[in-house]
Amino acid sequence: MSKADLDKLTAQFPGAIVASHSRHGDDTAIIRTADFPAVMTWLRDAAGFDFLVDVTAVDYFGRDLRFEVVYHLRSMQTGSRLRITLQVGQIEDGPAPEVPSVVALWPSANWAEREVYDMYGIKFAGHPDLRRILMYEEFIGYPLRKDYPKEKRQPLIRRDYSIT
Amino acid sequence: MPSTTLPPSPAGLRTVALGMPTADEIVSGTTRELSNRPRLPQTLGELEGAADDAAFHDAELPTEPMTINMGPSHPATHGTVRIVLTIDGETVKDADVQVGYLHRCFEKEAEYATYTQIFPYTDRLNYVSPLCNNVGYAMAVEKLLDVTSRIPERAQYIRVIVSEISRITDHLTCLGASAMEVGAFTPFLWMIKAREWLWELLEELTGARLTHSYVRIGGVAQDLTANFSERLRTTLHKAREAIEDTEKLIVKNRIFRDRMDGIAAFSAEDAIAWGWTGPCLRSTGVPYDVRKDHPYLVYDRFDFDVPVGSVGDNFDRFAVRLEEIRQSARILEQALVQIPPGPILMDDPRIAAPPKTAVYNTIEGMIGHFKLIVDGVKVPAGEVYSYIEGGNGELGFYIVSDGTGRPYKCHVRSPCFVIMQSLSKMIHGLGIADIIPTFGMINMIGGECDR
Repeated sequence: MSKADLDKLTAQFPGAIVASHSRHGDDTAIIRTADFPAVMTWLRDAAGFDFLVDVTAVDYFGRDLRFEVVYHLRSMQTGSRLRITLQVGQIEDGPAPEVPSVVALWPSANWAEREVYDMYGIKFAGHPDLRRILMYEEFIGYPLRKDYPKEKRQPLIRRDYSIT
Repeated sequence: MPSTTLPPSPAGLRTVALGMPTADEIVSGTTRELSNRPRLPQTLGELEGAADDAAFHDAELPTEPMTINMGPSHPATHGTVRIVLTIDGETVKDADVQVGYLHRCFEKEAEYATYTQIFPYTDRLNYVSPLCNNVGYAMAVEKLLDVTSRIPERAQYIRVIVSEISRITDHLTCLGASAMEVGAFTPFLWMIKAREWLWELLEELTGARLTHSYVRIGGVAQDLTANFSERLRTTLHKAREAIEDTEKLIVKNRIFRDRMDGIAAFSAEDAIAWGWTGPCLRSTGVPYDVRKDHPYLVYDRFDFDVPVGSVGDNFDRFAVRLEEIRQSARILEQALVQIPPGPILMDDPRIAAPPKTAVYNTIEGMIGHFKLIVDGVKVPAGEVYSYIEGGNGELGFYIVSDGTGRPYKCHVRSPCFVIMQSLSKMIHGLGIADIIPTFGMINMIGGECDR
């Protein structure tokens, strides 16, 4: 895969890119959160990345900016792919980290962002329906965070029989 | 008598007279091209020709919305999913699709297992095509190790063979079960029988009927059994007969076509925006197939077609899968001819386990075995996204390594999870009965969707 798209992105938004690399053939750009909506809009509308493959997150526990939210994009015309990464932190017991939602750009982000919220507690500003998706509503904590013990059990003791 | 206006009507009402083959077509056995199918009436007005049937209109009573639960354990859905429906009469006004009932903490468990220990977990993702998941995961780890080009050619062919057998079993399950759910029980038996033959073959090869754990980092676990080629050819021949019988029985069946034609049609633009891949995306006319667009393993050496649909309705999704079974059989036949002799596992003690004779008889072999079992394969730090064409579409693995023998993060891009989120959009305005074939044609596999 060529680096052409990454170079175009760097030329368009020179100040927005914190770092970039193409290791293992995966073009990757780490974007500043403030420039993120503009970058994503440009990628979809001008650069042709009309297909959002996946959204996920990684918890680099111990770093200042603890979480990375990872977006994988594909262009259906050219077949090129791009990985966009956002770094976001959380002060201990502080408010939940928040990044802008891309549901308005790609509807397919809906459940993927809900899953990231469910598993990592990262909020997506502007998401139309940010609820837990794989875990149940009563679940406390975010299971894929590195400080959530694997052996911790949370039996569901309250049952909600209402159907809405 | 007061005249009641009908609620704006759904694509749920169809006529029985259109879209069906003529008597001549049935006799001559010609299949009607998908794109030539006549458009079915979409509204009640169209169906009736005009709003002149006053007696019919007056007979309709006004309705009010009602909320009902479909699932999580519903006899007509093969998958544990809860759909909270708001219905007006028989028409779906709103649907909240809730998944997660089969969540098994795949990603959390994977962070605590060595790279090799994750293979059994991947079996349980899409459990009707486990070998595709095995291959996809192994390729992701190999990409991170930078050894993709060093995988022995024979192992690559074996991976293609088992992936394509798995794709056939996946599609057979999907088509058979969906046909059964709309009332055609016989094809279900034929297809499940064909699937069982293929699984018997895989059982002979891998030692397990369903959860094979057959692929290894750097190759595969066992070489093909002695008479594998002949048995596979015989089985494919029998399976193809079952598929052709099914096609004759239901593709021109009026009841079946009425339940599938024009239901839950999705446009290509919508499908791309909603992240569809696999047979569902191809049913809308987009020819995206990872095997063609980003060839992996040895897929670029085979001659096969990518079938696409024209309108993206349930019947197109059915027809695309049916044709893909034939294309997979084509790939298998070519692979059986082309497959070269040679090793089936990389010869690198840091990545692949040494042969058992070396483990028992040499100190180096035993140390290598011990280190691989206890520490796991040491994967250099980095992140990688690797993807293959699974049974339901692009199956991706996003792996982050911190340089140890266990992944720091192992995320699965599950194709049917992505497609499931558009189910509420697809069934909006349809009848309750239309949910069943629509859901069936998405082919939601709980293990893959909920992970």
